[in-house]
Amino acid sequence: MSTIQTKDHAELAGQFNADENRVDWHDETLWWIRQKRDKAVNQLPEWELLRETGSKIKEHVLSNLGNYLEAFEANALANGIIVHWAADAKEHNEIVHQIIRKHGVNRMVKSKSMLTEECHLNEYLAENGIEVIDSDLGERIVQLAKEPPSHIVLPCIHKKKEEIGDLFHEHLGTPAGVSDPQILTETARQHLREVFLTRKIALTGVNFAVAETGEFVVCTNEGNADMGAHLSEVHIASMGIEKIIPKREHLGVFLRLLTRSATGQPITTYSSHYKKPRPGQEMHIVIVDNGRSIQLGRKDFRNSLKCIRCGACMNTCPVYRRSGGHSYHNAISGPIGSILAPNLDMEKYADLPFASTLCGSCSNVCPVKIDIHDQLYKWRQVIVKAGYTTKAKTAGMKMMHWTLSSPGIYHAAGKAGRLVMKYAPFAVNNALNPWYKQRDMPKPPAESFDEWYKKNRGKK
Amino acid sequence: MSSRGKILSTIRANQPALTAMPDVEPLKAYSSTENLLTQYTTIATNIGAKVYEVSNIDEVKTVIQNNFGTGKRIVSTLPELSDIADTKEYLSDLPIELADVEVAILQSDLAVAENGATWITEDQLRQRVLPFITQHLAVIVNAKNIVATMHDAYTSIGISTQGFGAFIAGPSKTADIEQSLVIGAHGPRSMSLFLLKEA
Repeated sequence: MSTIQTKDHAELAGQFNADENRVDWHDETLWWIRQKRDKAVNQLPEWELLRETGSKIKEHVLSNLGNYLEAFEANALANGIIVHWAADAKEHNEIVHQIIRKHGVNRMVKSKSMLTEECHLNEYLAENGIEVIDSDLGERIVQLAKEPPSHIVLPCIHKKKEEIGDLFHEHLGTPAGVSDPQILTETARQHLREVFLTRKIALTGVNFAVAETGEFVVCTNEGNADMGAHLSEVHIASMGIEKIIPKREHLGVFLRLLTRSATGQPITTYSSHYKKPRPGQEMHIVIVDNGRSIQLGRKDFRNSLKCIRCGACMNTCPVYRRSGGHSYHNAISGPIGSILAPNLDMEKYADLPFASTLCGSCSNVCPVKIDIHDQLYKWRQVIVKAGYTTKAKTAGMKMMHWTLSSPGIYHAAGKAGRLVMKYAPFAVNNALNPWYKQRDMPKPPAESFDEWYKKNRGKK
Repeated sequence: MSSRGKILSTIRANQPALTAMPDVEPLKAYSSTENLLTQYTTIATNIGAKVYEVSNIDEVKTVIQNNFGTGKRIVSTLPELSDIADTKEYLSDLPIELADVEVAILQSDLAVAENGATWITEDQLRQRVLPFITQHLAVIVNAKNIVATMHDAYTSIGISTQGFGAFIAGPSKTADIEQSLVIGAHGPRSMSLFLLKEA
């Protein structure tokens, strides 16, 4: 039985729900992005074939991952890139630290990389006296706020522009009360330009790594990855083992899927193909496992490794939209985060597969057809069997099992429930019932379907 | 055992039985070669680029001079633009020395109708940072080099030996603050696309 429940989705969602206006704004904004996705997708009659092809390419990669990683490594080495392998987050951080130390600097610029969030690289480097500045605007904002990103594509979607204005006033010297996105973005542009021009080392993430060419592709709208990488003397790219695709022509499939799913754009502004270091530049790739090879062995959950990090499952999720990314207390939030996290630590993330209505919308929009809601359901079973649920949930489940196993008890319980809700609604509509938070209990029906059927149709 | 060895052996122990690699050819059947110019222009405009149809390089010069004036640093990789742009000296600059470039005029040999992107390679850049660090980007592409989809684009560019290449689709942008679109994040504040239509 689990006793370690450091954080809990429902409790953290409760904190987010304290500000109803913000929840409504968050909900509507993400749904608007979901609608933009639909509009973009509906313009392609071949969309379903594209998804199917993307899903099958990823399936094929997972079935031959060892060979593809070796081929990628050999081609990258031939291109003049230095390749490192990291078994876990700690080793990844140490490798990056060593590269920085070797060059005798104490600061670095970094573009968006969810892997480095997963590895807590910034914290590790800070402890070792190295300053990291995140260059994606949204990531810079949450960094100034000393918060983690709440969304993998839209890191500060939980923040209002007035709060961002306050942060910029405090840290970047904008006048108090300025919250115009145009002015704030221009301020960040000037601030980060100085950073790009003065940092010797730049770290980027990797969207796709091509086995046949040894190149990697990085996608941004802002141009921050390219500004950092091309101005640096040392470029470090961190990638999970699952970023591999076999051939360059497969980029055609994934670049078509990625941004339409993410924001409804036909493609990101920049899709940069890094194959060789610039003359005089040093280029490193760190290939990171951190539990992925274990997930590969979990038959029911290995498909989660197909993920291309578009965020579509978050934008569409009724729970994510109303609970906010921080309620998932994991680098990757939302439905996909909830099936990736338990692989890393089943006890710490035992709550996440339950943070879903299992409506299936996530699986419907996933560009690589991951069966996300099925996996959420399967993780619940694994977690309950392993004894990682809370005492209240286990007791509730047992009661449910007892009630549903016997028709007699089931009918009696139904009748009792209807009577309670009719004559004593306060018995369930109170603070002891978490379902009642932000909701009213429905009016109970006068009779059960079974009773109605017996009365009206039973005699025939 | 090294981490490399450990990772690869765990992967080999855990990876499922080999499945077939799917064919991307069937996707190409959806590419239409009709109205590529119109489609490209519409989509490039939607993503924030300014599209000009021109019939010769002199028209490009006129637009650049009208839009950006004189006295600012303009660089280009095209030798025929040497009268309005630095086409040589910037090559020996360090990347950071390009920070004051106002306009960069580049050539692309490939544009993609479905998303408004142009493909630009290291040979066409000479300095990798150029299309990102410049305040304004201009790209000249022959109208007959527009393909329908990304599948056609990769068929056209093949594997190539270039050290760097990028699809660039419009000016740099962000919507990180309350989803309000702002043009000019870290890269160019504008993108001018010159579609060269030879008579």
